[in-house]
Amino acid sequence: MTTTLNTTPNNNETKIDTEERIKIRDIEMIDVIVMVGSALSAFALSYFFFQILLPVSGALGFFVCWYVFFNIISTVAVWELRGAIKAKDHLARMFIWTGGLAAVIPLILVVAYVIGKGYHSLRPQFFTQDQKFVGALSDSTEGGGSHAIVGTLQQVGIASLISVPLGITTAVYLNEVKGRLTRPLRMIIDAMSAVPSIVAGLFIYAAWILALGNQQTGFAGALALAVLFLPTVTRTSEVVLRLVPGGLREASLALGGTEWRTTSRVVLPTAKSGLVTAVILGVARVIGETAPLILTVGGAFVMNANPLSGKQDALPYFVFRLIRFPQEAQVQRAWTGALVLVIIVLVLFVIARAIGGRGPDNISRLKKRRLKRKGLA
Amino acid sequence: MSVFGQSAPSDVADVSASEQVVHPVVRRSGVDRIFRAIATSSGIITFILMGLIGGFLLLKGYDALKVAGWGFLTDSEWAPDQGGKFGIAAILPFTVQIAVVALFIAVPVALCTALFITEYAPRKIRRILTAMIDLLAAVPSLIYGLWGLFYLQPRLITLSKWMADHMGWVPFFHVDDKYGTSLGIFPSSTFVSGVIVSLMVIPICTAVMREVFSQAPPGEREGAMALGGTRWGVVRDVVLPFGRGGIIGGSMLGLGRALGETIAVTLIISPAFTAKWSILDQGSNSIAALIALKFSESSTFGISALMAAGLALFIITLLVNAAASTVVSKSRSGASTEI
Repeated sequence: MTTTLNTTPNNNETKIDTEERIKIRDIEMIDVIVMVGSALSAFALSYFFFQILLPVSGALGFFVCWYVFFNIISTVAVWELRGAIKAKDHLARMFIWTGGLAAVIPLILVVAYVIGKGYHSLRPQFFTQDQKFVGALSDSTEGGGSHAIVGTLQQVGIASLISVPLGITTAVYLNEVKGRLTRPLRMIIDAMSAVPSIVAGLFIYAAWILALGNQQTGFAGALALAVLFLPTVTRTSEVVLRLVPGGLREASLALGGTEWRTTSRVVLPTAKSGLVTAVILGVARVIGETAPLILTVGGAFVMNANPLSGKQDALPYFVFRLIRFPQEAQVQRAWTGALVLVIIVLVLFVIARAIGGRGPDNISRLKKRRLKRKGLA
Repeated sequence: MSVFGQSAPSDVADVSASEQVVHPVVRRSGVDRIFRAIATSSGIITFILMGLIGGFLLLKGYDALKVAGWGFLTDSEWAPDQGGKFGIAAILPFTVQIAVVALFIAVPVALCTALFITEYAPRKIRRILTAMIDLLAAVPSLIYGLWGLFYLQPRLITLSKWMADHMGWVPFFHVDDKYGTSLGIFPSSTFVSGVIVSLMVIPICTAVMREVFSQAPPGEREGAMALGGTRWGVVRDVVLPFGRGGIIGGSMLGLGRALGETIAVTLIISPAFTAKWSILDQGSNSIAALIALKFSESSTFGISALMAAGLALFIITLLVNAAASTVVSKSRSGASTEI
């Protein structure tokens, strides 16, 4: 900022000293005083209303009251001090900060609540036992959800085996091959990602179970999940592929590489970390889907490690069924399952963030270490 | 269009102009032809899959639709297995009500969040907040449903009661006084389910809006600043007008998601089959929740009726989403948005 101002040739009185940098966002003493003053007076006002005038109380209500008063008073104060335009700016800033941070509050509350409800009866045996010898009235720490965890892992695994290759090839078609279908295909994939999860379940029930005469199995559930997974993978991988610089493709082609070699040796390796992130985030979303599984997997209380025959359970479905039991122990088991589900999602999310979330030129810490071991960096 | 790679401006389908350009004759090797065939066929599979979804729902729902006829759109009961009438005349309005309540909460919050991320937040907070919003989208709807049922609902009904007592003159908030406005009539309502669903809508709306806001032209942004505009002035006069398409489109995408939300709504509502204006008192419904609740107790014919309801939901969400995509892609700043 200073340099541009100093290079202007005119020399009027407001010449700026070369040594002093202009601070664009300078907080003056008066601003601080106004804010602290408004906060204090808002506190006094809401105390007056809450404790003396109205017969109500409560920490949350008091805080909301204080916050509203604080915004009103500080806006009026800024109006007096700096005029209407600044006051509007101030009000909008407060409003947007509030709204922006408000979106995070439920997330924290949800995760904290599930942890608080679930951790009492979470035992290691939850991962090793099933509900075979557990009755509705037995203690909530008895038995476990291993059958549901195994079911979920198998279903999501099969769904990824179907959707990930298909989705990435479709993304390659959209971004690398390109043809007459590109535009309509993009629209169809947009539309497909809007298919409600229960409709995906209904579709598999109608096509795979009713029309083809199969039973409710883990595989049917996997198919339903695959229908939901496919558009997610395709869209996120397409975005990742678009980030690969065109110069790399052109260089490969100019060196005589075929399209296949360009895609398989240049484009996909460059986009690898992004693709992995896309897939893991997709898995994190699909793993908690409950609605399609209600119609397709059948549900079970005992271990069934064969997805191709017999009813299977899934972790979300396990939670969904048990939470509606009247017995306290069953509800508690459901909360334990919910906690495990949240932990799985969080872990997947953290892994995805650790791998991706940076551009192709940024090397991850893990990779840096590996390079260092080879003596390259 | 057959030039491989980024050299051709990929999507600007100015066909008349590009046809006049003489492309070099490309002779592809056998491997490349196979590669292209595989990529193309995986695209075609997606097409077929989408057609199959609609086709099978229609096929299996046809029996029920034949019996119900137009009554499917005008009847509000749901008794296909008892030989009674069935239709979506009550369920569909409930579904829309829940979605509208969700949008009423989600759109302002998403708007603030998107503006906060693109315009106001310091860099560090911005990164954390973006991750948090992504995480908000990754938390399963089942978990939101549980939290809503056990934590939020007991607290929210106090607000419901307050609204019914003090804002009863608004038709949506009017609650019949026959039983008095005791707290007991407020759980399992449209309002409570809408609030829960809004949590699942916020990330989608935020993602679209953020994308569009960040594409507001920097020249005009800086111009507004240089003319002495405040930050709010820039937001009001540059960012919001350019992002209008994204705001509308993002909200509609959220609407599509809200209409199809299943598990959270299933957990919260107690099913009702008479359409009503009031959203605060007990009893609500949605097509998705109806399918989830009735599925296990339905006969073949009942399931056929549910298939028909699923088809209706499928068509509605498709229409909403297609409209949203059009709006987003037509908006000036969101021309390259693919959300």
